[in-house]
Amino acid sequence: MKTTTVVVIGAGHSGLAMSARLTERSVDHVVLERGEVANSWRSERWDSLRLLTPNCECKLPGWRYDGDDPDGFMAVPEVVAFIDSYAAAINAPVLTGTAVTRVETSSRGYQVTTTGGVWNSEALVLASGAANLASIPSVAAALPVLIDMVTPMTYKSPECLCEGRVLVVGASATGVQLADEIQRSGRPVTIAVGEHVRLPRTYRGRDIFWWMDAAGVLEERHDDVDDLVRARHTPSPQLIGTPELRSIDLNSLAQLGVQIVGRLCSIRDGVAQFSGGLANGCRLADLKMNRLLDRLDTWAQETDTDALGPPCRFEPTSVPSDPTLEIDLRRQEIGTIVWATGYRPDYSWLDVPVLDRKGRIRHDGGVVSDSPGMYVLGGNLLRTRRSSYIAGAEQDTYELADHLHGYLDRHARVKAKAC
Amino acid sequence: MTMTTKPVDNGVNTEALIGAREALSEAPEAAEFTWRASCTWVSGTYSRTKIEGFSGLGQEHRHRQVFTSEADHPECFASEDRGATPVEHVLSALASCLTAGVAAVAQYRQIQLRSVTSTLEGRMNVLGILGADPEVRNGFSAIDVRFDIDADATPDEVEALVAQSQKRSAVFDIVTNPTNVSVSVG
Repeated sequence: MKTTTVVVIGAGHSGLAMSARLTERSVDHVVLERGEVANSWRSERWDSLRLLTPNCECKLPGWRYDGDDPDGFMAVPEVVAFIDSYAAAINAPVLTGTAVTRVETSSRGYQVTTTGGVWNSEALVLASGAANLASIPSVAAALPVLIDMVTPMTYKSPECLCEGRVLVVGASATGVQLADEIQRSGRPVTIAVGEHVRLPRTYRGRDIFWWMDAAGVLEERHDDVDDLVRARHTPSPQLIGTPELRSIDLNSLAQLGVQIVGRLCSIRDGVAQFSGGLANGCRLADLKMNRLLDRLDTWAQETDTDALGPPCRFEPTSVPSDPTLEIDLRRQEIGTIVWATGYRPDYSWLDVPVLDRKGRIRHDGGVVSDSPGMYVLGGNLLRTRRSSYIAGAEQDTYELADHLHGYLDRHARVKAKAC
Repeated sequence: MTMTTKPVDNGVNTEALIGAREALSEAPEAAEFTWRASCTWVSGTYSRTKIEGFSGLGQEHRHRQVFTSEADHPECFASEDRGATPVEHVLSALASCLTAGVAAVAQYRQIQLRSVTSTLEGRMNVLGILGADPEVRNGFSAIDVRFDIDADATPDEVEALVAQSQKRSAVFDIVTNPTNVSVSVG
């Protein structure tokens, strides 16, 4: 059995950022990684994917993008290189090819069983990611067997899909990006749209992330939002990172010829049924986008920020006047369903009672309240709205490493007393 | 002169609703409700429905009184028009549900309502229920709801009220999404 002070599980950007924070504080630790550094980026992303955040917004502790395209968006190989070179620069104590099979509590703190032996530690940081598994709704069970199913974790490019119409379920960033590229490949696409978040790529000549950063939107804290459950479940915004800085939304998809239908409710006898509430979903998204733009305009005016284009409002989402409510999956020759219905973390190896009835970790801004010395990183609004994005790890790990350091101090004092 | 701000009061107890949401998230089994209605045929297309009790919060409840509603078909369908048609009851249920939602959301957002009225239209081709055209569905082909709201709020805030009330409405969900219905005899 090996011992260390802190075990960090996962060598993605979050785990590495935490490693850098712990090294800064001279805390002995190890980073356990099932595959290679940035493993999910290497194996679980589609070919054309680029980050939603512009390069200039990609920061990790002591590390930032220094290439010649600050307004561009990294493609997957560039993200891998970015994280890889960060791991090397901070000299992170990563053990690759070491999959965690079980985590339990021990007298010392935590016992972590891996394919490469057992580790004992005082504290534990879960940085294994918020998106390990594709969430597929239970209606999928009723799918006719002739139809192929793919998830964003298995999908690589349109060419890998069979011929025939494709039904993309979900209109988050993933759903609209895949609908866009599959339609462009010549396969007709239907997209099923529930609650979604519409955002323009650029506004008044600046990237939307520039705005949200400058106006403090990304700083909004988990203990400050009105409804945390709702905020954490908000789908990712309809954005795409392209060299042309183009916006993507239901209007742009409709222009390409994508058929837009309501949320997928059920599949009965091979017939997919869609909600008749599409118009409201679109209205909610338009209102929400306009409220954000109002807030950004107010900020620009109050701060007297110049060199901006004039304020404008975008065309409302044009909802088909009579959206399709049913598609016979066999008769309409749907060949493939793409489940862009979200992701969830995999904690099947976590044998500590910290999950709620929905399988989510109960935590307060990353501090796992039910298990002292345990921390979790990543995910929507872990601490702030920025937590959803790579740069969120910079601030989150700064604050959580402080908390962790305090915990280790108290732990050491308790132990000294016990002796 | 002193300015006093009158507190927003739409007659909705949002603190109680928020308290219930928190309590029920901790005790999800208590959140399971069953709503009931019992209907008796009177004659022709005329029937009377009684609404008395429901269950939830782990126990049985009774309404403060037994509510009844009557349904029939109009004279142009060769009936006696002794009550609204069942599909009109659906419109009524949708309107009440959305209206309750508008009031609750407005209270939560501190918007004072002065009047909220709505008119609903459900369009239907009766060839469906007559069995005369298999391509025509039985139910509404579309429902239009038009709200007129007078409130201390901007037009966008009023729009957002109405949008949010649809998002949280049980009847809106029931009419827009499929539901499994099992009907048995005996």
